Amino acid sequence: MEVITLQLFNGLSVSSILLLIALGLAITFGLMKVINMAHGELIMIGAYSTYLTQNIFNDYLPKSMFDWYFALSIPVSFLIAFLFGLILEMSLIRFLYGRPLDSLLATWGVGLVLQQLARSIFGAPNVAVTSPSWLDGGVTFLGAVLPYKRLFIIGLVALTLLAMYFYIYRSLEGRRMRAVMQNRDMAACLGVSTRRVDAMTFAIGSGIGGIAGCALTLLGPIGPSLGTYYIVDAFMVVVLGGVGKLVGTVLGALGIGVFNTMFEYWTNASLGKVLVFLCIVAFLQWRPMGFVAMRSRSLDS
Amino acid sequence: MLAVQQLEAGYGESVILRNVTLRVEPGQVVCLLGRNGVGKTTLMKSIMGLLKARRGAVAYNGHELTKAAPGRRARSGIGYVPQGREIFGQLTVYENILVGLEASREKKAVRSIPEEAIAKFPVLPAMYSRRGGDLSGGQQQQLAFARALASKPDLLLLDEPCEGIQPSIVDDIRDVIRSIKADGKTSILLVEQSLDFVKSVGDYFYVLEKGAIAWEGGFEDLSDEVIKKYLTV
Repeated sequence: MEVITLQLFNGLSVSSILLLIALGLAITFGLMKVINMAHGELIMIGAYSTYLTQNIFNDYLPKSMFDWYFALSIPVSFLIAFLFGLILEMSLIRFLYGRPLDSLLATWGVGLVLQQLARSIFGAPNVAVTSPSWLDGGVTFLGAVLPYKRLFIIGLVALTLLAMYFYIYRSLEGRRMRAVMQNRDMAACLGVSTRRVDAMTFAIGSGIGGIAGCALTLLGPIGPSLGTYYIVDAFMVVVLGGVGKLVGTVLGALGIGVFNTMFEYWTNASLGKVLVFLCIVAFLQWRPMGFVAMRSRSLDS
Repeated sequence: MLAVQQLEAGYGESVILRNVTLRVEPGQVVCLLGRNGVGKTTLMKSIMGLLKARRGAVAYNGHELTKAAPGRRARSGIGYVPQGREIFGQLTVYENILVGLEASREKKAVRSIPEEAIAKFPVLPAMYSRRGGDLSGGQQQQLAFARALASKPDLLLLDEPCEGIQPSIVDDIRDVIRSIKADGKTSILLVEQSLDFVKSVGDYFYVLEKGAIAWEGGFEDLSDEVIKKYLTV
């Protein structure tokens, strides 16, 4: 019983981390169709923002406040990654819309530059972020110990997802965004400022990458090449889920996370990964559009 | 109100419009006629700003708009119902009309759909929560009208509003155009293939041929000879 509970929880935990990493990409790649290879580096920026927040609390604030640095570091990571995304969109990405190969190469280059930047500022070795003491320990559930950190990440993902849902589907800005992404010319003809919408959308996707980076500091030390470990998984989740749909991204992350944990339990870490990739390849042969394909009369023609 | 001067425009290397000069006066319904492929839709796109003018000028209410982006033209009071309707398929009917409010020129931000925009389309409110892409062609056309009217434009560009639509809805659209004309607040530039249709609503007519205006005149000048020369296939 314990083993099953633990495996299920691990699957859910891995899924939540994958989802958090992929959510930002679901916007920049899923909605905007920009193959943003620098997304991993935006995650890395979020992680270092958390590291910086921790250091500032350590150096300037009384010890008793230290535990609260993490609550602040979530919005800080979002904001800093948001600003990087905004600068990246305004200086580079906007010249590359509709040119997927060029944007792939250019953003990969940007990723390398950002990695080197982090190396120059923080040094090549990994740095450790001390998790707040209120996230130490865990809760015992059906005989298995579920760490608070993992539970916290699951909660953070749920919250981010909820916020994204309200922003995209219930707010004025979100409506503009969906109109522009569906039919850019027509949205422009109705008076929507497409430049502003593009910049905002890309920046928000980047900011969510920053939140993912903040969460990753709970799982282990961080380094300049942190993002490169996650970028492939992030793309995999978005593609498997179906480009352009939040629900698809959630399903994609759950699918990969749960199967990955199961296969790793039955075989070993590397063979488990191979089996997951094989499953993805087979699945995309069967349903090339992913889990959730958009269907409507207007798109059928 | 709208003045197009010696406009030249095209796609890539090919020139579609060579030398187009036309005017729309306040409250007028101006019809643009011509055979297929003479550049009617291209002209509409250039007036809206989707195509850059190579030469010539587009002025609207005294403002020079030749280099302005489509959004600025919309916000200065031009509404556009494009060929093929271009409804946002994944947005609901309600959201589609709300996007039309973006070009609104009211001093304080408008948050709800104005009565005038949907008064002429009583079928729409019942479909508010459906996705735009799931509507039929005729319903989409009415939605495209309502969306364009939401910002209360002074000039409405209508590109083949009756294309591929059943006769009863064509009659509805004719009534809508007539009632807009009767209100007298909005001028219309209309592209339409059906001669009967344009004759029943138009005040002034331009015939486009090979990217230039070949003939222009009022209702009484639109004789059989003109029709035979420029419009019969």
